[in-house]
Amino acid sequence: MRATVPALISGILFGAGLTLSDMVNPARVLGFLDIAGAWDPTLAFVMGSAVVASTVGYVMSRRARAPLFGSRFFIPENRQLDRQLIGGAALFGIGWGLVGFCPGPAVAGLIYGLWQPWLFVGSMIAGMGLHRVVAGARLRPSAHA
Amino acid sequence: MLTPPPLEYAVSGGLLIGAAAALLLLLTGRIAGMSGMLATVVRIADAGPPWRLATAFVLGLPLGTFLASTFVRRPDVLITSSVPLLIVAGLLVGFGTRLGNGCTSGHGVCGIGRLSFRSIAATLTFMAMAAATVFVTRHVLGA
Repeated sequence: MRATVPALISGILFGAGLTLSDMVNPARVLGFLDIAGAWDPTLAFVMGSAVVASTVGYVMSRRARAPLFGSRFFIPENRQLDRQLIGGAALFGIGWGLVGFCPGPAVAGLIYGLWQPWLFVGSMIAGMGLHRVVAGARLRPSAHA
Repeated sequence: MLTPPPLEYAVSGGLLIGAAAALLLLLTGRIAGMSGMLATVVRIADAGPPWRLATAFVLGLPLGTFLASTFVRRPDVLITSSVPLLIVAGLLVGFGTRLGNGCTSGHGVCGIGRLSFRSIAATLTFMAMAAATVFVTRHVLGA
């Protein structure tokens, strides 16, 4: 509950960063991914500086006992590579390369009054729901085993 | 080709993205992963942050975009994809990020920042697949 306002502020900064850096622009993203064409390296600087700042945050979190407005740090502990991780990343990459939208910029871009981000985000949520159905169907029988 | 934004915008925008992720972690203890947050908001995630936290973060994104576009710099957003392509891509991104447990923010920005082997492998995979997809659509099929 106390964490709601910090989360909103973080989201606002995140959206502002995606906008200043032009990540919200699918044409820019596709230009970055088009290595064989007129390659546009802008997003490499965006990714690089974002990773640097997030690393600082992570290192600071390792020295803190708990977050300021929470009980503990929720850091994924899974260390195993598996087919789901790589298969999921591959499917995501194909979708990203088809139109130039990944989840953050697509949601941020909803504000522009264009219909495309809405269609994309709606389809993305449908895809998430589809995964839930498929994963649920696969989990249920094994619960008895 | 689009005119690139000034390099200082790319770098300051990137720093803002990373700072937002750092802030979320230090203040709330959560990883700023957009796909997981969104799944929590629409209530199809089994684990993850509280609903209010996820919703506040997700709503912050378009709000931040609105503020930055209004007061600093409005990007020339250009989307040329057709309706079927947007639907297929959306389905792939939604399904894939759930199956692979993350996207550009969670695996790319946050995961690489903490040198997670899984996130580095995931990021290399989706970057390579995205570049390969662009290569096929632009240079093989010539779309």
